[in-house]
Amino acid sequence: MGNILIVAEEREGTLRKVSYELVTVAHEMAKGLGGAVQAAVVGNNVSACADSLAKSGVAQVYCADSPALAYFAPEVFAATLVEVTRKASPSVVLMPATGWGKELGAKLAAKLDWGVVTDCISFQVEGGTLIFKRPVYAGKAMATIKAKSLPVIASMRPNIFPPAPQQSAAAPIEKIEVTAVTPRAKVVEKVKKEAVDVDLAEAKVVVSGGRGAKNADGFVQIREIAKMLGAAVGASRAAVDAGWIDYSTQVGQTGKTVAPQLYIALGISGAIQHLAGMSSSKVIVAVNKDPDAPIFQAADYGIVADLFDVMPVLKEELKKVLAEK
Amino acid sequence: MNLVVLIKRVPDTETRIQIKDGKVVTDGIAWIISPYDEYGIEEALRINEKQGGGKVTLLCLGPEEAKETIRKGLALGADDAVHVNDPALLGGDASTTAKVLAAALKKMQYDLVLAGKQAVDEDNAQVAVRVAELLNLPCVNSVIKLDFSDDKKSARCLREVDGDRDVAETSLPAIITAQQGLNEPRYPSLKGIMGAKKKPVADWKAADLGLDPAALTSKLETVRLDPPPARPPGKKIPGDAATATKELVRLLREEAKAI
Repeated sequence: MGNILIVAEEREGTLRKVSYELVTVAHEMAKGLGGAVQAAVVGNNVSACADSLAKSGVAQVYCADSPALAYFAPEVFAATLVEVTRKASPSVVLMPATGWGKELGAKLAAKLDWGVVTDCISFQVEGGTLIFKRPVYAGKAMATIKAKSLPVIASMRPNIFPPAPQQSAAAPIEKIEVTAVTPRAKVVEKVKKEAVDVDLAEAKVVVSGGRGAKNADGFVQIREIAKMLGAAVGASRAAVDAGWIDYSTQVGQTGKTVAPQLYIALGISGAIQHLAGMSSSKVIVAVNKDPDAPIFQAADYGIVADLFDVMPVLKEELKKVLAEK
Repeated sequence: MNLVVLIKRVPDTETRIQIKDGKVVTDGIAWIISPYDEYGIEEALRINEKQGGGKVTLLCLGPEEAKETIRKGLALGADDAVHVNDPALLGGDASTTAKVLAAALKKMQYDLVLAGKQAVDEDNAQVAVRVAELLNLPCVNSVIKLDFSDDKKSARCLREVDGDRDVAETSLPAIITAQQGLNEPRYPSLKGIMGAKKKPVADWKAADLGLDPAALTSKLETVRLDPPPARPPGKKIPGDAATATKELVRLLREEAKAI
């Protein structure tokens, strides 16, 4: 009977919330599969991360802390994680379904000849067999995937499971030597972003504009509304293709998939590939001139109007309501 | 440079995915090259247009119908293609697909392999990374800008991952996966479409790759597909723009508790 190993993700010395969500998943899994819940953190100056993980309710922490891990070098990270799996002898390795976690999971899996179930949103254990649910076609369909054998790696989508709370008891922390490999590919510098906007993929609120914005100036008010709500700015493919806003804001099957608490679609008709990227948002608001626009089928609240008639009032009303608290 | 681009045939992103008996209904689906792979093709074409010389070869694992998708890539300007076209090699998972593609690449000459960061059907984001590992090649993922050293022995890649940007360097040959933003893919010209019919496409079977299909066991099984959970019907808020907007803000605060 193997253990359940979670691989925590850190950013600039702090564990990302998804790491604690993985601990919650691991405990649920251990109920059906048995084994102890263990955790690994790999990075540079990550001793505080290891301490925090040790108090998250796991039985064991493995920590690889080295300047060799200061920048992402897939070969060094994967080789180090292979070493961790030798110690942990896991039946399941849980990774965050982030860009980092997906790449490292695939690389680790290829090294060990294991399977990877990417971007899972739920799971169940049936007679010792692990079965996952995951969106495919950017959410146009839901797949049920069975792990035919263990060990298996699964990356779990962030913001689905509650994070494990901190406890007073701390698990032991074992240091892992970083495997000496000379990386052929490695990150050499981080690039500061010009914009200080909220990250689209992690935002609790997203305010998106589409063809109805008419031009780049149309996004000025959309940005103002987003700022009032502490929201990320999104866009439809039409707005991006027209050059009104940067491609990195594109929501949809060939852009970002988002699932915020609140998604406000302003002047977006709701092309199938756009709907795929945002339909799992909790509350959806749509404003569109065309009463037959497909976006209204996905929306909880719809307003049939020109967004330029709506936005000034929306700003005024939000100002009042947000001041009330 | 000799460049290989991994491509996959996927349903058009404007296609509604219909599910019947746990499977995708393929009737009426328009098929395309997965959009991220298309960035890979475009980048390969631009590299050789800029540097002069070299060859762009497409590599595709897929059913006979994928030939049409391969021709689309050739119409864009790729020189030739390898179609791993053997039913015995289909229907696996990311691990078996990667083994097949790695076996094919072993028989090919290349300075660099390009691929999409993920295919937009299964969204696994695994195959290119796995292929690199199986071939012991370095891999840089999710690249939005690609430059080469003067001696063409290394590359500098601007990456965009999880909303952050960084710069990675790699020795060549390597596998580099494309993220949206790498380039703006061209449309095929009429001349390109006509010419694509005459470009060579090699059909490779398991035996050509030295693979025993029986030994390629997938680790995962797709039990079934289902439509996503339906959303409850929403409401259109009546009244003129100002009235409706005031009501919207009230509903968002009091009913949905979303602001």
